[in-house]
Amino acid sequence: MELSEAKKLKMYRDMWRIRQFERKVDQFISRGDITGTTHLYIGEEATAVGAINALKDEDYISSTHRGHGHAIAKGSDIKEMMAELFGKRTGACKGKGGSLHIIDTSTNNLGANGIVGGGIPIAVGAALALKMQNRDEVVLNFFGDGAMNQGAFHEATNLAAAWNLPVVFLCENNQYGMSTSIEKAFKIKDLAKRGEAYGIPGVRVDGNKALEVYDTVLEAAKKARNGGGPSLIVSETYRWKGHSKSDAKVYRTKEEEEEWKQRDPIADFEQILIEQNLLDEDKIKEIKNEVDAEVKEAVEFAKESPYPDKDEIFDDVYVDREVEL
Amino acid sequence: MRVITGREAVREALREEMQRDENVFIIGEDVGVYGGAFGVTGNLIEEFGEERVRDTPISEAAIAGAAVGASLLGMRPVAEIMFMDFVTIASDQLMNQGAKIHYMFGGQQNAPFVMRMPAGAAEAGAQHTQSLEALLYHIPGLKVVMPSTPYDLKGLLKTAIRDDNPVMFVEHKKGYGEKGEVPEEEYTIPFGKADIKREGKDVTIIATSHMVFKALNAAETLAEKGVDAEVLDPRTLVPLDMESIVKSVSKTGKVVIVHEAPRRGGVGGDIAARISDSEAFYYLEKPIKRVTGPNTPVPFSPVLEAEFIPSEEKIIDAVMKLTK
Repeated sequence: MELSEAKKLKMYRDMWRIRQFERKVDQFISRGDITGTTHLYIGEEATAVGAINALKDEDYISSTHRGHGHAIAKGSDIKEMMAELFGKRTGACKGKGGSLHIIDTSTNNLGANGIVGGGIPIAVGAALALKMQNRDEVVLNFFGDGAMNQGAFHEATNLAAAWNLPVVFLCENNQYGMSTSIEKAFKIKDLAKRGEAYGIPGVRVDGNKALEVYDTVLEAAKKARNGGGPSLIVSETYRWKGHSKSDAKVYRTKEEEEEWKQRDPIADFEQILIEQNLLDEDKIKEIKNEVDAEVKEAVEFAKESPYPDKDEIFDDVYVDREVEL
Repeated sequence: MRVITGREAVREALREEMQRDENVFIIGEDVGVYGGAFGVTGNLIEEFGEERVRDTPISEAAIAGAAVGASLLGMRPVAEIMFMDFVTIASDQLMNQGAKIHYMFGGQQNAPFVMRMPAGAAEAGAQHTQSLEALLYHIPGLKVVMPSTPYDLKGLLKTAIRDDNPVMFVEHKKGYGEKGEVPEEEYTIPFGKADIKREGKDVTIIATSHMVFKALNAAETLAEKGVDAEVLDPRTLVPLDMESIVKSVSKTGKVVIVHEAPRRGGVGGDIAARISDSEAFYYLEKPIKRVTGPNTPVPFSPVLEAEFIPSEEKIIDAVMKLTK
């Protein structure tokens, strides 16, 4: 399917929205305005945006601890996201979830997840429901290279393959599970080879090239939608920032970081759109200004919003209130 | 009234709920043509087919996760973990995922699934015999049901399947063979309502799961000794019917709590604490006693296993010490 000009521009804008949102979060985290920690998506924008734009709006995603980018690309309101990070009642999860559990179910996001690999069996369960309900949608399941060595990955991927479920497994290989490099964590170099073990296709893509990710996910989603079962895609990318707030990045070199920054996924996509005469300097400036204004508005909304009342701690433990809390 | 076994009662509940709601389905190991490791699902696959009675690989985390995920999209999965001991392999999906989805997502989403788990010592050593309800009882967001009789198994399982939260349904393997009256006509049993299995005025024996039968037998012997014991079966641990417990204890002034699981960190300790926190405390005439499994793994030797499981004698002993 040829991407429309409008969609390409939306993808470009979404990549900027993710980056500028994350940069702002990074500032607030380091200043202590946002408590706790967070896992930033800067540098990986092409993967979320390329993959999610290859889906239909009604398709599902399941996300990870590094989930802001997925949520934004899937259509979450960034005002509600920022408010959630500030722990405000107006947040997407009423301030109960925070960064690790950010979700807007109206976008068919099954949720970010604080447990590495924890979302994989859930994504498979959702795909099972889609199959049993004879529905047309698919599930796109994001996880990281670290999750691939969890037992849950093996169990769930095998089950999805055995049952031919409509799910696309997308591994964001950002080269490190916290500080542990993939060289230390795997004997194999090409993680996509794992697909073969489950009898499903396994392909590797340049995760910093939005269109390459888009094409690959589009094909895998089509296969899943047509009853062809799951696929494994390994998207090679890099997180520019540390694993989380406290990460001094002693396990990698400045040279390596610079090398990856030379392969900036946004610059790459921008260049393509300039060559296709969809962007010029003025248009780029306009988009950036609009995105900055949107993020600024989200920050204001978050800051002005009230915190939850103390007794809201008891809300939503159970659907009903018959259980003494 | 007709009499059926616990096994048949569970199967009837499954069948009726699957007939009532096409979103209800069974997922687990060997639940299909094999009929379940304990024969509970039996011939359900003949009636509902392999789409709705789903045999899985030996993958407990995937079974639990598939139940969680399918429930998010409107299905009503009833997952079976072959032995409750194996729930440890599925624990991330139950304790971190299913239990917390409604809360951590601010009420946007809920996970209505049931996890059925055969528990209890039955001649199989340390890894196929545990009663791990305390692990689940500890986790906010999970409901925990632990029925004893065929009547309770059926009525509570039907309620569990209709509940909008994750429900951990603990069945005792020895309860499958127990017989009891179960009406032909449909019924459900609400959560949070204890059942007084035997009325009495001298002592309250609070017993869970298969220990209810032991407590009832002990109560008969106690009656011969002139002690009139009340046997209270909480039936659901979360929610727990403290109102009935307080009422009974306030009447008798003496409590013995019986469960098969080891004492340390067991549900009995929490029930005792909650009695102490309540107005029933002022009616207590003696310390609260517990008759439980010891703080050991379940041993294999028949002699040792019999020592592990709370016996009628031990229950009688505990009661006599309080009443003499």
